[in-house]
Amino acid sequence: MPLLALRSISKRFSSHQALEDVSLEVDAGEVVAIIGRSGSGKSTLLRCINGLEKVDGGTIEFDGKPCDPRRLRELRREIGIVFQSYNLFPHLSVERNITLGLTAAKGMPIAEAQRLARKVLRMVDLEDKIAAYPLRLSGGQQQRVAIARALAMEPHLVLFDEITAALDAELIGEVIQVLDKLARDGMTMVLVTHEMGFARRSADTIVFMHQGRIWEKGAPASLFGAPATAELASFIDAILAVDPARRRRIG
Amino acid sequence: MGRTFGTQEFLYLLKAIPWTLLLSLGALAGGAIVGLFIAILRTAPSRLLRGLATGYIEIFQGTPVLMQLFVTYYGLAVLFNIRVDAWPAVLLAFTLYSGAFLGEIWRGSIQAIPRPQWEAAACLSLSFPKQLWYVILPQAARISIPPTVGFAVQLIKSTSIAAIIGFVELTRAGQLMTNTTFKPMIVYPIVAALYFILCWPLSLLARTLERRIDATLGIKKHF
Repeated sequence: MPLLALRSISKRFSSHQALEDVSLEVDAGEVVAIIGRSGSGKSTLLRCINGLEKVDGGTIEFDGKPCDPRRLRELRREIGIVFQSYNLFPHLSVERNITLGLTAAKGMPIAEAQRLARKVLRMVDLEDKIAAYPLRLSGGQQQRVAIARALAMEPHLVLFDEITAALDAELIGEVIQVLDKLARDGMTMVLVTHEMGFARRSADTIVFMHQGRIWEKGAPASLFGAPATAELASFIDAILAVDPARRRRIG
Repeated sequence: MGRTFGTQEFLYLLKAIPWTLLLSLGALAGGAIVGLFIAILRTAPSRLLRGLATGYIEIFQGTPVLMQLFVTYYGLAVLFNIRVDAWPAVLLAFTLYSGAFLGEIWRGSIQAIPRPQWEAAACLSLSFPKQLWYVILPQAARISIPPTVGFAVQLIKSTSIAAIIGFVELTRAGQLMTNTTFKPMIVYPIVAALYFILCWPLSLLARTLERRIDATLGIKKHF
């Protein structure tokens, strides 16, 4: 049984069909990278999974149970998300950013939450920033705190929404490293990403989206090695053309 | 010929200051409770609640505070068929008035918090009240410091209107001293100076507080 199953979901924003007939299964421990041009529905798909957007049609099942909008809070304890713009709480210290969900949503005692915060910060190599305020950190550090915040909730699935897209090139590496490590540790992850090197190296499945549909899907080697559609081939060319550094990383 | 304006008269003015302060603080405290309520209703998902809160704000922002004072003062008397002291009537009127303005200021501050902050809080499985309490309101409070203090300064000055229904605060005390000394050009500038001494430190305090919070959190201003 897959951990997450999307069955024929669709989503419309007024006149724009953002998602159409999207079906996808994600097994426990699987790393799925969603790629595609901007506007192809990647982020919308991710946001539908944890209920930030309501689907217009189709069903989403998590852990064998249909996702009920009324059980959204329960679901969000199981599914974490990391955003492109970090979305840390600027008025709270790094530690409190991480413990807030644990104490206020899960009812964990603060001392235990603080221990856990330290543990997840160690995982992203930021234990020394535990008392800092987010805006005092670099973008890469903020994003790693955001990952730690999601991990602290001990989710069964983590969604990553273009989490390196807002970062300067030299800061991307440190975040990718954390992702590689999580993938190795068997975390179930669904990522929207432009980091083809990471996708190729760490993803089990690549999903190429185009015009709100899943256009191609498969293992990285076959998908990148021999794109079946002209759309994917031209997308890969376009990505490599704009960023020679990515070409090196993909290699 | 009236009395001269001497130490006695000056002390009389000073003694009225606590009433001005008490009225302002009381109205601010009461108004803060009403205002928070109004601000949250104004951002609530229910259209009915939003409409009620909007109506409240429109009425109190769209009518002169003096009329609100009269209506409360005489209204209480007519409604309960009792003679109302000036103090509770004045306090109630200024509380309702403050509630409308603070409510509107705070609504703006709440809505100025970017949507992704709500989403991030929701994605940590926080309930709506907890999203508000832990994530949105503290950030809204920071940006609402300057307009809130600005309103507090306005309010201190507006309480002078209470003099009209005979409540003895700073302005009323000034009127009384003018009546006994016939020296309006001595009394009123002094009264004005006393208001300034009450209000100015507040503005200074707000600026310092804002700077200090921004420095702690690492918030950079663009200008």
